[in-house]
Amino acid sequence: MTSYIIRRLLSLIPTLFGVSIIVFLFLRMIPGDPALALAGEHATEENVERIREEFGLNKPLPEQYVTYMAKILRGDLGRSILSRRPITDEIRARFPATLELSVCALFVALVVGLPAGIISATKRNSVFDNTAMVGSLLGISMPIFWLGLMLNWFFAVRLGWLPSVTRLDSAIELQRITNLIIVDSILTGNAEALLNGIKHLILPAVALGTIPMAIIARMTRSAMLEVLEQDYIRTARAKGLVERVVTVRHALKNALLPVITILGLQVGVLLSGAVLTETIFAWPGIGRWLYLSILSRDYPIVQGMALFITSLFLIVNLLVDVSYALVDPRIRYE
Amino acid sequence: MTASPETIDGLEALAYAPRRERGLVRDALRRLWGNRGAKAGMAIVLFFIVAGYIVAPFFLPYNPRTDRDLSKRLGPPTQTNLFGTDELGRDILTRIAHGTRISFTVGLFAVVFAVTVGTALGLTSGYLGGALETVVMRSMDVVLAFPALLLAIAIVAMRGPGLNNTMFALGVTYIPIYARLARSSAIGIKELDYVTAATAVGVPRNRILVRHVLPNSLSPLIVQFTLNIATAIIETAALGFLGLGAQPPSPEWGAMLSNGYKFLTVGAWWALLFPGLAIIFVVIGFNMVGDGLRDALDPRLRRIG
Repeated sequence: MTSYIIRRLLSLIPTLFGVSIIVFLFLRMIPGDPALALAGEHATEENVERIREEFGLNKPLPEQYVTYMAKILRGDLGRSILSRRPITDEIRARFPATLELSVCALFVALVVGLPAGIISATKRNSVFDNTAMVGSLLGISMPIFWLGLMLNWFFAVRLGWLPSVTRLDSAIELQRITNLIIVDSILTGNAEALLNGIKHLILPAVALGTIPMAIIARMTRSAMLEVLEQDYIRTARAKGLVERVVTVRHALKNALLPVITILGLQVGVLLSGAVLTETIFAWPGIGRWLYLSILSRDYPIVQGMALFITSLFLIVNLLVDVSYALVDPRIRYE
Repeated sequence: MTASPETIDGLEALAYAPRRERGLVRDALRRLWGNRGAKAGMAIVLFFIVAGYIVAPFFLPYNPRTDRDLSKRLGPPTQTNLFGTDELGRDILTRIAHGTRISFTVGLFAVVFAVTVGTALGLTSGYLGGALETVVMRSMDVVLAFPALLLAIAIVAMRGPGLNNTMFALGVTYIPIYARLARSSAIGIKELDYVTAATAVGVPRNRILVRHVLPNSLSPLIVQFTLNIATAIIETAALGFLGLGAQPPSPEWGAMLSNGYKFLTVGAWWALLFPGLAIIFVVIGFNMVGDGLRDALDPRLRRIG
């Protein structure tokens, strides 16, 4: 198992190398001179030239790429053109916000989606099944930014039950350690910040979690239906096991594989969704930041984030593959 | 043992009786028609086609540039304005009806583009294999590893906002799905006897691809195509909402939402609610047709669901 994980990690290197080349070339194919864009419309020729010099934009492409890769290998993703801050610092400051939001969204999705899928499959064609399936159809058919806006309007603006924007009320002080609000407030024993942080998380997490929730419910249901027709389920029932044990131990365990696969693929859905959710709820994460950087053509940020996000995606999918072995003992990695 | 003359007559009669032909397509269509969800989905899609292409241009004439009535700004739903009016006094129902055409066009063209390019890439690389396959499929993996919406945002940002670039950008992000689907069908089909037979009698490779491999890998592509239109409509709206898609005064649904959002604080919920509902209904329609198609075209899955 360990050697398998090491081999998989090593195989990430060529993929990431490929990504870095594609992203690098892609950004340079964009019409328009970044130095010109950066210097502003009324910049003098010298100014533009100075910026080209500073960011190495006047060198030949292969040389630019080699310099860039050499920096990355030293853990340096470069600096933002606009703010001049190191990109690694920015990621460290912003990624926890997106991570916390995504994990909570996934939590909401699992807590609702998994049981809904299981009950739907065991009580097929019942009122519950039909309601849950109509609900999940609605979930995958809803633009999440619209849902976010409606939730925000109804629960925050109209009813005033929950805060509508940011991660924490500005009046609340919290010592930042990991920059994950829930973790930090537990570590420092700050109950007020914990409660406030959770309140701020509810609406964006529900908005972001809706699509994964619907997908998980549908996937769990169809995987469970397939498994429930197997002979070993009949055997389990025949030997007199309680239905709950049959469902959970015999059926669910075998139905989990496709569900875990789908779970791994939600990383992309969550990050895409984060752009919209973070925009609506003024959430200071990487989604909105990356979106604004793309618009302002801040190349180093886009380049660095593309590598960061792809690595994230590949690592999560490695974890998914490894977890197959945990769920299904027949799968062994040599 | 000799058969009695009557039996032989019976057999002959059977052999000559005109039998109603029931090909694969006919069979699938019959199953699709028997599926309640698919029928409901088709009804929804048809409703929007009628609303957008017949009712809107002929019965709800409208000019996005001139049609405004400032005396009716942000009016709530009434009998004359069923869905209320927006900040320029424009009837929201009329705008939604006209916006249908935008959503359908963008969704359809983006997906057609992706299917064409993706299928061509997937079939050829799956059928030919070798270095071509490795290069094409690894590049597809790289594209897939990047969140689709962010990639679309990047492409639109580089080519400039607007509907044509929205179509192109969304299309590009969908290509890998079709490349993968087509490739996985192709590598299965190329081992089958009828392909070997065709190769043996000297049918050229591109002809085998078009006449044998392509038609036999169509079903998963058709299902994905339908479901993908649903996704494309949502993502067109998302780009419109972010200000990258259709530009005002275009009645594109996402742009209407981003506009309505600004007036939510003054209580104009209708400007946000109704365009959103329009998106949801169209998307549900396409999703239901897609689910029905999957059941109809994949007999293995018919049991379940």
